[in-house]
Amino acid sequence: MTPDVTPGVAAGAAGATAGGGPEPAVPARRNPLRGLVEANVVVVTALAIVSSLLIGGVLIIATSPTVLHALGRIGSSPGRALGVAGSTVGDAYAAMFTGAIVSPSGLGHAITTGHGWTAVLTPISETLVSATPLILAGLGVALGFSTGVFNIGAQGQLIAGALASLYVGFEVHLPIGIHLPLVVLAGAVGGAVAGFVPGYLKARTGAHEVITTIMMNYVFLDLLNELLATQPFQQPGQSNAISRSMPATARLPHLFGAGLRANLGFVVALALVVAAAWFMRRSTSGFAFRVIGSNPKAGRTAGIDVRKVTTAVLVMSGALAGLAGMATLSGTDFFLSSGYGGNIGFDAITVALLGRNRPVGVLLGALLFAALDVGGRNMQAATGIPLDLAFVIQAIIVFFVATPALVREVYRLRETGASLGQVLSKGWGG
Amino acid sequence: MRLELRGVTKRYGPLVANDHVDLTVEPGEIHCLLGENGAGKSTLMNVLFGMARADEGEVRIDGSPVRFADPGEAVAHGIGMVHQHFMLVPVFTVAENVVLGFEPTRALGFLDRRRARADIRLLSEQFGLEVDPDAVVEDVPVGVQQRVEILKALQRDAKLLILDEPTAVLTPQESEALFAIVRSLARAGRSVLFITHKLKEVLAVADRITVMRLGRVVGTTTASESGESELATMMVGRAVELVVRKGPARPGAAVLEISGLTVVDERGLVAVDGVDLEVRAGEILAVAGVQGNGQTELAQAITGLRPAVAGSIRIDGEELAGATPEAAIAAGVANVPEDRQVDGLVLDMAVEDNLVLDIFDRAPFARHGARDLAAVRSNAERKLVDFDIRAPSVLTPVGSLSGGNQQKVVVARELSRPVKLLVASQPTRGLDVGSIEYVHRRIVEERDRGVAVLIISSELDEVLALGDRVAVMYRGKITGVVDPAAGRDRIGLMMAGAAADPVAPAAPPEAGPPDRPETGAADPPEAGPPACPETGA
Repeated sequence: MTPDVTPGVAAGAAGATAGGGPEPAVPARRNPLRGLVEANVVVVTALAIVSSLLIGGVLIIATSPTVLHALGRIGSSPGRALGVAGSTVGDAYAAMFTGAIVSPSGLGHAITTGHGWTAVLTPISETLVSATPLILAGLGVALGFSTGVFNIGAQGQLIAGALASLYVGFEVHLPIGIHLPLVVLAGAVGGAVAGFVPGYLKARTGAHEVITTIMMNYVFLDLLNELLATQPFQQPGQSNAISRSMPATARLPHLFGAGLRANLGFVVALALVVAAAWFMRRSTSGFAFRVIGSNPKAGRTAGIDVRKVTTAVLVMSGALAGLAGMATLSGTDFFLSSGYGGNIGFDAITVALLGRNRPVGVLLGALLFAALDVGGRNMQAATGIPLDLAFVIQAIIVFFVATPALVREVYRLRETGASLGQVLSKGWGG
Repeated sequence: MRLELRGVTKRYGPLVANDHVDLTVEPGEIHCLLGENGAGKSTLMNVLFGMARADEGEVRIDGSPVRFADPGEAVAHGIGMVHQHFMLVPVFTVAENVVLGFEPTRALGFLDRRRARADIRLLSEQFGLEVDPDAVVEDVPVGVQQRVEILKALQRDAKLLILDEPTAVLTPQESEALFAIVRSLARAGRSVLFITHKLKEVLAVADRITVMRLGRVVGTTTASESGESELATMMVGRAVELVVRKGPARPGAAVLEISGLTVVDERGLVAVDGVDLEVRAGEILAVAGVQGNGQTELAQAITGLRPAVAGSIRIDGEELAGATPEAAIAAGVANVPEDRQVDGLVLDMAVEDNLVLDIFDRAPFARHGARDLAAVRSNAERKLVDFDIRAPSVLTPVGSLSGGNQQKVVVARELSRPVKLLVASQPTRGLDVGSIEYVHRRIVEERDRGVAVLIISSELDEVLALGDRVAVMYRGKITGVVDPAAGRDRIGLMMAGAAADPVAPAAPPEAGPPDRPETGAADPPEAGPPACPETGA
């Protein structure tokens, strides 16, 4: 049973009853409230990042022998102990920053002398390169989430896209102006086909996409390994599982000269962020997707074909993941090897959650993840603190973002209504 | 037990759900709490039953103040509650359900079933609550399940029984039986607090009546001092028309022709069993029946939401059996679904989007796959005026409107297409009197415009008020189509399975509860234990 009056319906209830009678509520707070909830998303995410950096600092202290040694003598020289702890953590994060964004001293040197720009821009270029597939696959996953479809198969779709791009890359011989668009298209088509299978199965048989997309990951992982060891994909004369490489006409051009790996793939990803935002907000299909994501029953009653939408969203989601596979292949790697794609398909899920399934959110989430990754490598090289710490920080950020109630509790924030956790759990029952 | 509420106030944020409510229930009194949805009745009961904490005011039992932290304490003080949605374990027997949580035990904690059964027999006889202690709850009719709930409260020695909208799920005859039980409880000195928004019931059963509106008590009266229209005026705050104003129907050609329609539910059981129906242009056919007799599935089949196993559904001669919802919409079917929040609206989307949920991809609301948001906006602004939808703005999420305004959004959307047939299921469920008036008027207007209207309602008042003809549905079959002038009693009996012909035997040959025939050959035969016969009046 529900209470007769809930705060949410106050305005309507009071307004519904015409005529006199004292109205008990002053329900003029709706619009400010909505603004507050939106702000809170940003606040919670920012606090999640700050918290994870703090916890990361504690971990650095707890795992560094130098710091522990100094702390052991905290009684005799407390100042030194704290200084060692502070500088170790500071050095680590500084290395992370300079590795991912820019080195301030290098920047100063480049400005004064006019030389060394390539070295200065390398960190940011690497971050963009690393973010590109995360943006693309993250958009795909986010598109599915906002339609209530849980595509856990970005990893498989990414491999499918890369395989298709690779095939078109080495089999077709055309000028770059035609060849490259074909390679890009092939990546999208490869991923789309991989997404279509679970979409079709769900539409026709009701098979849950979480199961089928996860299983498809294994299918494509093993297909990749198989193809890498057989013709025509295997590099001739190689006994290792390494593919042929992409010819020059199938490679995404560099954006800032040959010395920096940043390439056209990032521009493609940015364009698709804009396109996805338009699609969800302004297109009729995007509207149908959102309706099905919020209330499939009402959508069906209003004449929206739920099965068509489910299939379409998995095809689009797969195409975006396929482009992620293409972007790495055609932008930086130029060949495929066993284990291609690393963990991008799964990181994409995290990025989508971090970005709250909004295209711009996905862009920012992907950039943050890429920066932690790239910066973490520099931190490992410069200070000897293992790269895993960067992954721990990533994990803690997600942990906090996924449990907004915890962040509110820790920072004593006021609750503001709409629960963020709903985004994460909605639709799993279907 | 004498119960007193003094100045009870309960706030939810800025909303005052209960504003200094005073209420006294004397021992042996049947006290009706009357009010519209949203008047604060349920909040008050939650406070009384320990499920919510009052911000101000006090509750006194026999003169001494009490404060309940949870329902358990309320029960310990002799308050029993029968919720609108029963809290029973379907696979347990009646006896097991009654003693659940207060089990009589023998040595070593073994359940004393014999004593449980004997206790129940005793209580049953004392208050005229006929039940079979060994029947399994899921097999007995809703009316009997309700008696089990009442028994549960009595077994815990309730001196004051709260019944929350107890007749919502009952046939008129079952309601009469409930009133008899309530009276016998009162005669035995127990107090009954009867919560409802139905005026007829109040006048039939109450000793005293307290009317609430917008969180406040607007007055206390007795059944003999007031009539339906006075109570309605108190409840709504202005004079309301209790009858639907409509002229005689001028039926034209048949629009909807259903023959031999058979539909199965989720479990593969036959829900609609060979139904023949016809609705003509310019008439309202109202389908009456207790909930769960196949009306939902019938409406779903007509609107394309559920496939037909057999039979045909024709709209103006066009076959629609097995068609999709899109096809039904294209054929001119408008659908006001039974549960607007589940099937009718996307609650977290704006009012303006919900108003075009069916035609968002067509001109003028879209061009070349892009939505025209200006057209969507101006459409919504027009509809807000045309259909008297009270919303702060067209951008407000529809879920934060009141039930009445939500329903108006659904009605506005469905009637904005060219409509040949309007299917409206429980069109006024949970609405305030003002909105009910409005929705009814709108439906009659559609009829007068030549639309064929099919109303499905479990509220007999609504069926009688709206229907030009009344079809009664029982266990998937149409037991008869009669003139509404046939009267409440006759239709009530038909709702319990009696044939339309008064000469026919009053009880159906098979007296068992849900024994719908199986369709799947592979399905295991359903165990159909004989349940206690339904005692009508």
